[in-house]
Amino acid sequence: MKSGHKNGVIVPEQPGRSAIEVRGVRKVFGTGESQVAALDTVSVSIRENEFFTLLGPSGCGKTTLLRLIAGFDFPSAGEILLHGQDIASLPPFKRPVNTVFQSYALFPHMTVAENIGFGLEMLGKPKTEIKARVAEMLKLVKMEALSGRRTSQISGGQQQRVALARALAPQPKVLLLDEPLSALDYKLRKEMQIELKRLQHETGITFIFVTHDQEEALTMSDRIAVMSSGKILQVGTPWDIYDKPAERFVADFIGETNFLTAAIANIGNGKARATLKSGATIDATVAEGFQPKDNATVVVRPEHAKLTSGKGELSGMVENIVYFGTDTHIHVQLDSGEAFTVRQQNTRSAGCGFERGDKVGISIGNDAAQVLRD
Amino acid sequence: MASAEEVAKEAERRDIRDRWLLSAPALLVIFFAATGPLLIVLVYSFLTPGPYGDVKWHFSPEAWISVFMERDIFDDTLSLAAAHVTIFWRSIKLAIITTIATLVLGFPTAYFMATRSEKTRDLWLFLITIPFWTNLLIRTFAVLQIIRNEGLINTVLLKLGIISAPIQILFTDTAILVGMAYVYLPLMVLPIYASMEKLDFRLVEAGYDLYATRFQVLRRIIFPLVKPGVIAGSILVFIPALGAYVTPSVLGGGKNMMLSNLIELQFGQGRNWPLGSALSIAVMVIVMVALLAYVRNAGRSEVRHG
Repeated sequence: MKSGHKNGVIVPEQPGRSAIEVRGVRKVFGTGESQVAALDTVSVSIRENEFFTLLGPSGCGKTTLLRLIAGFDFPSAGEILLHGQDIASLPPFKRPVNTVFQSYALFPHMTVAENIGFGLEMLGKPKTEIKARVAEMLKLVKMEALSGRRTSQISGGQQQRVALARALAPQPKVLLLDEPLSALDYKLRKEMQIELKRLQHETGITFIFVTHDQEEALTMSDRIAVMSSGKILQVGTPWDIYDKPAERFVADFIGETNFLTAAIANIGNGKARATLKSGATIDATVAEGFQPKDNATVVVRPEHAKLTSGKGELSGMVENIVYFGTDTHIHVQLDSGEAFTVRQQNTRSAGCGFERGDKVGISIGNDAAQVLRD
Repeated sequence: MASAEEVAKEAERRDIRDRWLLSAPALLVIFFAATGPLLIVLVYSFLTPGPYGDVKWHFSPEAWISVFMERDIFDDTLSLAAAHVTIFWRSIKLAIITTIATLVLGFPTAYFMATRSEKTRDLWLFLITIPFWTNLLIRTFAVLQIIRNEGLINTVLLKLGIISAPIQILFTDTAILVGMAYVYLPLMVLPIYASMEKLDFRLVEAGYDLYATRFQVLRRIIFPLVKPGVIAGSILVFIPALGAYVTPSVLGGGKNMMLSNLIELQFGQGRNWPLGSALSIAVMVIVMVALLAYVRNAGRSEVRHG
């Protein structure tokens, strides 16, 4: 009884099916008074061959969910299906799922090659096959030259590659990555982001990636699940998540945004008319699951609004101007009392064209506003 | 003028010299306290025994010959000293079995302690050290009370009707073994615990993740990483077990002699101080050779990890 592969966990892949299906999973830590729900009835379906990201602040339950899928913890309630089969009660060594740990967790008493071959060895693969596969993995992560080194003798970035190769070597159905880039410096992190995308593409394995870094999530993922306080708030493509946030938390956590109070009318077809405090009326898209109510929150991204010296949907006074190199952020105090930030692309020839204290108008495009459901 | 580099070097030299000077008194005391008595024992082992104990200052290799050989009273021929060889062998055997027994009991204990929460760990550590508060002799008599014919084990077994006559445990090698395993167990647990506590348990998870079963994780990941603790524990148990005196004399009843009892005999009733000295040195050499072999062997596949 060595592996899940032999225990009939694997079913032939069928296109379009989900690789991991999480159904109504709860995870409670502690007992009695000190009981804490780390995951509160979470359901999500992760497709085959997908780069799926669990995004959220620390303590939101994203790592807990990953550990449940890996088998290090067991759910208090609910099911976890791998290719349609419930794996929630299987120990980790019987799941065809491998993990890249945040700390890498490389075995310090083994060489790079021994680390990579460990999973295959435990699966009882023949020596020649292990050797060939390890060589292949070393090549994949470009570490051929260091195969005989101890893991303490290589750099952080190299350890990261070894951890990846080790987890990929047994050809798991799903690869779990627990904030694997957080220990790397900025430049290396950028490189590894591209590298991870390449590996996912080349191996065709489903990646489930956990991060608190919204930029990382946006640039790498096919789809993102935004989590907070043990719940999944929204699942969608990076574009969906950024441009059509469903809730205030999502809009706030990812990128910068402006929140405005508005009265909503004419809801239909995912669109509505929003009347802002300034009296102006704009077209807006409406978040799924929006319950009609008098006053709702409308969000507008800073780069989707334009500052004019004339009239716009909003008006106010320039309060602060912050230069960012590629663009300039202009903070405006609206006449309604709300704050609003506009991001303006910089050019070489001219400044931003406004000064502190200027009376300005803000025009919001037709497709710039989104009504939140909370 | 001296360059900054020279000044720094000079300061460093002075610093090193000062440190040696300051620690010199302590070093001298330790050096003479450690080597002085041993030198006396070594010298005595080459002298002639006096009639009422003590030694006569005549050089004689006789004591060293008697360590393993026996001189026939009538024709002066030498033959192997069967009694000594038996005692040596029994002592080494019992010390090895004690080491293995404490390892088998101590390893899971240390693992249990290391996997507790940080707060309860201190409590377990405290509990492990409690036996040290009581005198060794009293602890040994406590073991005697449990295993003697009218003791706890036999009484209970008799009452339950499992046995019809008491089992003779006391005054056997088993009794010595039980006593020594009990006395030396903490010496095995503590160093293994110290290694285990530093173990990164994420490595254990990584092992499970890579299809290793519980046993494989134990053998391939946990054991190699806590090996320094196992080696230290084995040394700490083996050495005093080989030279144990109180436990074998109380629980072995003097019938099953061990090395220390034999040595004691030479300085007491035997009135043969040179032989006692020679035996002591012989034991020391055995321990050193055994340790060197063990550490070397264990260290070969050993890896530094921090």
